[in-house]
Amino acid sequence: MDLLDNFRIALRALSANKLRSALTMLGIIIGVASVVALMAIGTGATASITGQVQGTGSNLVSVSPGQLRAGPAAASANTAILYLSDAHALQAGLPDAKYVLPIFQGSTTSTYQQNSVRVNTIASLPTYPTVRNLSLAHGRLLTDGDERDVSRVAVLGSQTATDLFGPRDPLGQSIKINGTSFKVVGVLVSSGASGFSNTDQSILVPLETGYEKLFGVAANTTGRRQVSSVLISAKTPESVNGILVKADTILRRAHGLTPTADADFSVLSQQQLLQTLTTITTTLTIFLGAIAGISLLVGGIGIMNIMLVSVTERTREIGLRKAVGARRNVILLQFLIETLFLSLIGGMLGIGLGWAIAEAVTLSKLITTSVTPTSVALAFLFSSAVGVFFGLYPAYRASRLRPIEALRYE
Amino acid sequence: MIDIENVSKVYTLGESEVRALDDISLHIAQGEMTAIMGPSGSGKSTLLAILGCLDVPSSGAYKLDGVSVEKLNDDQLAAVRSRKIGFVFQQFNLLSRTSALDNVMLPLTYAGVGGKQRRRLATEALQKVGLGDRLHHRPNELSGGQQQRVAIARALVNSPAILLADEPTGALDSKTGDEIISLFQQLHRDLGQTVIYVTHDPFIARHTGRIVRIADGRIAGDDQVEHPLAAGTPRPSDLALPNGPAPAPQTAATQPAALTLPAQLPVAA
Repeated sequence: MDLLDNFRIALRALSANKLRSALTMLGIIIGVASVVALMAIGTGATASITGQVQGTGSNLVSVSPGQLRAGPAAASANTAILYLSDAHALQAGLPDAKYVLPIFQGSTTSTYQQNSVRVNTIASLPTYPTVRNLSLAHGRLLTDGDERDVSRVAVLGSQTATDLFGPRDPLGQSIKINGTSFKVVGVLVSSGASGFSNTDQSILVPLETGYEKLFGVAANTTGRRQVSSVLISAKTPESVNGILVKADTILRRAHGLTPTADADFSVLSQQQLLQTLTTITTTLTIFLGAIAGISLLVGGIGIMNIMLVSVTERTREIGLRKAVGARRNVILLQFLIETLFLSLIGGMLGIGLGWAIAEAVTLSKLITTSVTPTSVALAFLFSSAVGVFFGLYPAYRASRLRPIEALRYE
Repeated sequence: MIDIENVSKVYTLGESEVRALDDISLHIAQGEMTAIMGPSGSGKSTLLAILGCLDVPSSGAYKLDGVSVEKLNDDQLAAVRSRKIGFVFQQFNLLSRTSALDNVMLPLTYAGVGGKQRRRLATEALQKVGLGDRLHHRPNELSGGQQQRVAIARALVNSPAILLADEPTGALDSKTGDEIISLFQQLHRDLGQTVIYVTHDPFIARHTGRIVRIADGRIAGDDQVEHPLAAGTPRPSDLALPNGPAPAPQTAATQPAALTLPAQLPVAA
């Protein structure tokens, strides 16, 4: 008999037991799909987080209160405060800095007519969009004049504009931020970033306006204006390291700390921030990977169960096939073809399903997922290995029995 | 044709040994039609499995067509089964959810017969057993008698020299069983094959030319039947018996005593 006959016998056996074939395939599909989808989400989240940091430019140094570390958060993180005076000190002491931007931001409720959204309102200087690589879609950006006049004007992120105004033109309209009226003067282009701190879902207002008219006491501690962070843009990438050292010295002096004491602030370059975030996203990926691994295991157990449950029936079938003249290798080849076929079809359906789930997550605008070849290969190989092993092993044992024993098997 | 010398078969069940066959020697000539009879557990099915190369003896020699079968490996035995032996089981052992034609083609596929010829031979075999109009029926769409006919067609399709059947009527009612035996007789007459079947129904056994009796793994009797019953002979209950009352329909379940008292049977023993 030739290979074609082997294929024919295997496919006939599969189609004669459609339910069993479908259930086996289901195990493979679930295993592969969950791995592909979860890994795509993990990769997407990682890319999204690191992409946002990278999108802010390569010369950036960010100063934030408390210690930003991987691992357990520093105890001082909640109580540590940065003041506007710190930003002024940095401005004065860093000649290599092109811009020093004090930023105060907070979550606010913004309304236009009956539409209401919770967005992050960022109060900073007019150069903020330049430093963050944000560009204008309509209207104008904030100006030094707005700052000087403490104007109640706002520039909307693209998502915020859509959420509040829909298809209407927001320019010149009046919105309320935490109950205070602001006039919309501009809308930003979508930065494409998605996820956690998203400028598309924010509102920019002048710094002085933020302190005077919006955040009020929340931005003042014991009469001193505080900032959420300070963003420093170095003149050249080479001057970043110098700024890191100098900023540390300036802030220690301003906070009255000795050079060896634990700092109550963090000065991080883009690079350091990326490293910190990478440890966070790695943890996330491991977490998702563990869930995916469990799904794979469950799928594998499903495959195993179906295969083992049908062992009696199949042992008899093997006994019969041997009784009518099938050689051992012919039988093993039949089972190999059967299991490979199921693994292949199931694997492809699983990849398709996983990919569809990943696409659906992307369409939901939560995270831009990305399906990686590694996860596809890993899931596919593992499920196939499980399918082939548990399909082939009982068949191997049955094929070694004498036909009469296999026929009597119970 | 079939020559077994001092064949024993020993099974080990845990600690104890079961001697299913104990030093049996038997010669069956080509073209003979033989019944093997014996009570349950006598070893008759084990003997048939060894004759059919579905099992191998623990000791002793088995020559089939001059070939010493006990020396062959697994694949060589498969080749012998494929070329020389057709086997019919009590429980039919058809592949479920698979058409009659596909079931009958199976031995041909393993024997390497080409697709077109395979189909033709299988169709012919099914016609021979009277199922020419049931080619594409699946086992669950056929009656027990029809399923056994498919199994017989499957056993015949390779034109084997020997047709073996292990209680071929055991799972059928007596009327259908008689039809199956008639079919065996007809095939034996038309194709001249060596036919050996195991039964514990004396009426079924009397359709053959020779009855070998097995008890406790040994041969307890080996008798020629001078006038085998012809195909279509009515059961003893329907026969006009001049001496004494007619016995009830004799199946092993209802009349095991008949096996130990062969003299009561209207058999030329």
